[in-house]
Amino acid sequence: MKTIQFREAIAEAMSEEMRRDEAVYLMGEEVAEYNGAYKASKGMLDEFGPDRVIDTPISELGFSGIGVGSAMNGNRPIVEFMTFNFSLVGIDQIINNAAKMRQMSGGQFNVPIVFRGPTASAGQLGATHSQAFESWYANTPGLKVIVPSNPYDAKGLLKAAIRDDDPVIFMESEQMYGDKGEVPEEEYVLPIGVADIKREGKDVTIVSFGKIIKIAYKAAEELEKEGISCEIIDLRTIRPMDHETILKSVKKTNRLVILEEAWPFGNVATEITYQVQSQAFDYLDAPIVKINTADTPAPYSPVLLEEWLPNHNDVIKAVKKVMYKD
Amino acid sequence: MKKITKATYLKWYEDMLFWRKFEDKLAQVYIQQKVRGFLHLYNGQEAILAGALHVMDLEKDRMITAYRNHVQPIGMGVDPRRVMAELYGKKTGTSQGMGGSMHIFSKEHRFYGGHGIVGGQIPLGAGLAFADKYFKRDAVTLTFLGDGAARQGSLHETFTMAVKWNLPVVFCVENNGYAMGTSVARTSKSTEIWKLGLGYDMPCGPVDAMNPEKVAEALDEAITRARKGEGPTFLELKTYRYRGHSMSDAQKYRTKEEVAEYQKIDPITQVKDILKENKYASDKEIKAIDKRVKDLVSECEKFAEESEFPDIQTMYDVVYEQKDYPFLPHKL
Ligand SMILES: Cc1ncc(C[n+]2csc(CCOP(=O)(O)OP(=O)(O)O)c2C)c(N)n1
Ligand SMILES: [Mg+2]
Repeated sequence: MKTIQFREAIAEAMSEEMRRDEAVYLMGEEVAEYNGAYKASKGMLDEFGPDRVIDTPISELGFSGIGVGSAMNGNRPIVEFMTFNFSLVGIDQIINNAAKMRQMSGGQFNVPIVFRGPTASAGQLGATHSQAFESWYANTPGLKVIVPSNPYDAKGLLKAAIRDDDPVIFMESEQMYGDKGEVPEEEYVLPIGVADIKREGKDVTIVSFGKIIKIAYKAAEELEKEGISCEIIDLRTIRPMDHETILKSVKKTNRLVILEEAWPFGNVATEITYQVQSQAFDYLDAPIVKINTADTPAPYSPVLLEEWLPNHNDVIKAVKKVMYKD
Repeated sequence: MKKITKATYLKWYEDMLFWRKFEDKLAQVYIQQKVRGFLHLYNGQEAILAGALHVMDLEKDRMITAYRNHVQPIGMGVDPRRVMAELYGKKTGTSQGMGGSMHIFSKEHRFYGGHGIVGGQIPLGAGLAFADKYFKRDAVTLTFLGDGAARQGSLHETFTMAVKWNLPVVFCVENNGYAMGTSVARTSKSTEIWKLGLGYDMPCGPVDAMNPEKVAEALDEAITRARKGEGPTFLELKTYRYRGHSMSDAQKYRTKEEVAEYQKIDPITQVKDILKENKYASDKEIKAIDKRVKDLVSECEKFAEESEFPDIQTMYDVVYEQKDYPFLPHKL
């Protein structure tokens, strides 16, 4: 094993896949000469040259669509959005073209493309720069959606995404790029659509994904001291969702808290809640609780942003509520 | 065009110096973590705003720009203390602390933001002009954008309609050489951005925008055309930003020498030289201006520091016009 940063995990995954398959290229704003706005493609221009590591103008609609077109004609593009907030400028190409091409052409054209970049909030960046669109993308048939939470998962899942023959949305976080974690020296690929139990426990199941899962770890540690044992499931893939792992855990703990950094209306947690109540209703000892960001655009002011975001105390409160300990 | 006089030069000097020092102060308090998020400063580009304000009708004309937007509203008449307070996230800020650095707005002073999505403000600027034409008002909207933003589809779609519909808008690219770390030449074959106007039959041209007189002349012609109902103009204002794109930019894409070259033609120095050459102001008078500027910046800082943070409820109150909108709960 070796210890690397999240951003290095991303760069390693892309570089290994580009060495392995010459159809793969990386394209986006500042990915080449600047080594990535968050240095997630460091060294790649030097290794692969400007034909395969390509700086684009600020033209998300254009380069998303060029990516899709090239994927219909033999390439396996990795398209980077500086953040997924800016994917909205290009979302037509993702939803109307990438996601539907195979179906509309009766299976003739698959679109092996990865759209990747940071999602959700990253400090006081205000309303347009703090959005989480996991549930938007996951709502769309034809797409797969991956949100890793540590370097190991990020590397293994990004390699899988690049090898996948369908379009994949791969979401990272500005606030995770510096996180360190262990990865094997040798090559590995992780399966898409498989959740991971990050912490075993018996009293309550907490389901989460992405960077916000870290506050669940913190809450679980504090709850442990009070004798409450939390099981933490990291979804890793949002679509397709690993319902089996969630259901198995809920059948064991009989209690579920879902932590998702996203607006509360019709989000990923809502979908999990539906699935669990319909498939494990009799196992539930308490109503499911979900913790999200406030039902407003993200405010800039630090005191408001703190209220807007979930924190570990919210998780502790939720766990105690489903255990009737409040 | 309104004549450029001694008074104009004195105003330009004081305004531009204030904008520069205001931004410098923000950089300073950013390092102290009193202001967070992204911080995009205007240093080097001041001649554009100075020239524009000289020829705009500040009783009715409008302005919209991107996220490099702290000083434009001040030029339009907004109390600078409230802009500073916005960056501190305080309730006395222009958006009650909701917007932060990238989102300064003032309905009262017809400053329409402050936009964080590159190119997002371009159609909005045309839309403001659409309404003025629709209601037969003779206001003109200045729509600013960066060289990087010129590559967004929003510009191209908007241009088609703005020309066809003769909208009273002036599109001004502030070409400061870079979009983050990307020089204009690196992502576009055509580097003379103003020529984009040609394809739309929109009057267009380049402007030396380190000099406020040149900016004023070009904008006066464009604003007059728009006011007469003869439609939009596209200007490429050639300028330079001295500081990094935002605060975390190591600036490896350019040399110190390049920055120094532009500092030789610094707009504030140019104006100060004219003040001196023409004996518009004595050294003593210039010192007095410098002191006024310094004092006002300190006043802004003090005001922002001493203001209070907004109440939690404000976060909800600003979303809908509807007073009793039923927001979903997000935590227990
Ligand atoms: C749609 C979109 N894509 C990417 C970004 C990230 N971004 C913010 S500023 C910027 C560069 C813009 O450069 P330019 O238009 O020249 O304006 P300048 O910063 O030089 O004033 C980029 C890429 C964004 N905010 N919005
Ligand atoms: Mg620029």
